[in-house]
Amino acid sequence: MSTRQLKFVQALAEALDLCMAKDPRVFVLGLGAPDAAAVFGSTKGLAGKYGPRRVLDMPVAENGMTGVAIGAALRGMRPVMTHIRLEFAMLAIDPIVNQAAKWHYMFGGQASVPLVIRMVVGRGWGQGPQHSQSLQAWFAHVPGLKVVMPATPYDAKGLLISAIEDDNPVVFIEHRWLYNIFGPVPEGIYRVPLGRPNVLRRGRHVTVAATSYMTLEATRAADELAREGLELEIVDIHTLNPFDETPVLESVRKTGRLIVADTGWRSVGFAAEVVTRVVEQCLGDLKEPPVRITLPDLPTPTTRALSNYYYPLVRDIAAAARRLAGRPPKPEPEIKPEAFLDVPDAAFDGPF
Amino acid sequence: MGGGSGTPPPEVARGMLRGIMRIRMIEERVKDLYAEQEMRCPTHFSIGQEGVAVGVCAHLRRDEQITSAHRSHAHYLAKGGDLKAMLAELYGKATGCAAGKGGSMHLTDVAAGFLGAVPIVGSTISIGVGAALASVLQGSPVLSVIFFGDGATETGVFHESLNFAAVHKLPVVMVCENNLYSVLSPLSWRHPEGREIVQLAQGHGVWNRQGDGNDADDVYALAGEAIDHARSGRGPAFLELETYRWLEHCGPQDDRHLGYRPPGEYEAWLARDPLALYTERLRERGLVSVADLETMAREIAVEIDDAVTYAKSSPFPTRDQLSAHLYAS
Repeated sequence: MSTRQLKFVQALAEALDLCMAKDPRVFVLGLGAPDAAAVFGSTKGLAGKYGPRRVLDMPVAENGMTGVAIGAALRGMRPVMTHIRLEFAMLAIDPIVNQAAKWHYMFGGQASVPLVIRMVVGRGWGQGPQHSQSLQAWFAHVPGLKVVMPATPYDAKGLLISAIEDDNPVVFIEHRWLYNIFGPVPEGIYRVPLGRPNVLRRGRHVTVAATSYMTLEATRAADELAREGLELEIVDIHTLNPFDETPVLESVRKTGRLIVADTGWRSVGFAAEVVTRVVEQCLGDLKEPPVRITLPDLPTPTTRALSNYYYPLVRDIAAAARRLAGRPPKPEPEIKPEAFLDVPDAAFDGPF
Repeated sequence: MGGGSGTPPPEVARGMLRGIMRIRMIEERVKDLYAEQEMRCPTHFSIGQEGVAVGVCAHLRRDEQITSAHRSHAHYLAKGGDLKAMLAELYGKATGCAAGKGGSMHLTDVAAGFLGAVPIVGSTISIGVGAALASVLQGSPVLSVIFFGDGATETGVFHESLNFAAVHKLPVVMVCENNLYSVLSPLSWRHPEGREIVQLAQGHGVWNRQGDGNDADDVYALAGEAIDHARSGRGPAFLELETYRWLEHCGPQDDRHLGYRPPGEYEAWLARDPLALYTERLRERGLVSVADLETMAREIAVEIDDAVTYAKSSPFPTRDQLSAHLYAS
């Protein structure tokens, strides 16, 4: 593996660049995609290199433009749409759910929609109720969509390349707090297959099945717990639909203890799906009831005085693991309302 | 109406009459067969609205794509969609144009230039614009014609799509079949008084015309202008063509007992039957004889008989097809 280190956002931009260079059918479409800010840098350099026909800005018309992207995909193109916040894609639920997800099936397999829709999940600095929602469970609920959430720079690039090359509509959800994390990213084209989750870290005591940013939080918890002799096995679920639970089951059969850490809400969320599959298939292996670590079933508050208590923290994963493993709880300092937990932890930006 | 340079040449005119008659006869047959309750899918009949589909599609090359919505039979047939595959689809058969997974509301025949139809009103407008965008990005613009009803002009996606097509001067013709009702709701409940639908296109700076959808020559002439405009790279064109649905919104029944149509309206439109009008027109022009009409009807009836037999005798999809086509591979 290459030792070159790239940020998550650089890995995304490189994946787009390589796919556009390789395949003239690939084009990027999104509000601000060609502008100076370049969707937080994820489309950086593309407009200058490929021109306005392949890096299209668009009217503020998410519904219509998603349909346009579907039509273009049906006629031989491979559009990559970008939404700087997931919430803007909600204006396009009809084309995503009724059209893109169904087109191949409802027309008897004759046509397909090779479309990637990137959605960025925001967090912190007062993103509030409409710039922070992590709605992977919605999209993963819909047959016909693929749903991907990379957690590492390596996967960001490899999964985005796979998503662009896939013949199906792929919802590609990127957590904003992963953008500046760096890690090893090989040069050139490589693919991480959409599907089987990665076991990021081996451990004997507790399985943590995690998505997106919570995978990063789980690795931090694992580092802390390793110093106490408690080992976490981390299964990063980077593809939520189709979801292959096999690595989670294999891990639980070994550890007997399960934490599912998801960036979404609790009720009817993706964590519930993971727990259900484990309970259905290896209940007898569980030594303790599974634990979900998710957002509470509440809209995201804007003020940090409340959001400090809204997002689960590394300490919550660690505490759950200690409890499941029968270890004594560790006293933690109280979280103050005025604490600056609304920005990524500056003490850690990589390597992932 | 219908005169001047836009009048179709004799061969085209005869083909249009045959097209209208054929759609009418197919729809009448489907209407009769529907009572057998073997076609088990919501079906929106095109009877009374055939003139628009035929007058527009008379101009189109096979590779030019069209899209439609819930009431799509006329468009599918006028564009050359396979009749056997359509009827088999209505019967839910494996040989259907969507392998039985779509039904009347999800027709497709890409080889014939019918990209697809879906019943979510407005949805195929943006998809049709995207088809045009793809062709432009690929360096060989191909006209995309989008059929929809008056209700679709109330959706956001209509305006979004029209705006985008105008910004990029895409080769798109939007054809609004204004049949005065969205299901049972009249235009007056949905549109401001005194505002014509074409004015919406005008507001987007899009070339537009309004015409009589029941006069196939009028449709042909206006569609010719619109298509020339869009094909020549001058941007999208918009047509509002007034027409009228004879049957209930969804299904084969007469719905006059519901009382939502003002007195005399139905009769006035019936007197302007696109098939009768066009038959009369071509008789006046000396382009068809009574014997020609009889031959046409006989040939069409044979074609329909064959297609019905094919559809009825085709196999249903097998159980393994339930999970087929979830993803393309």
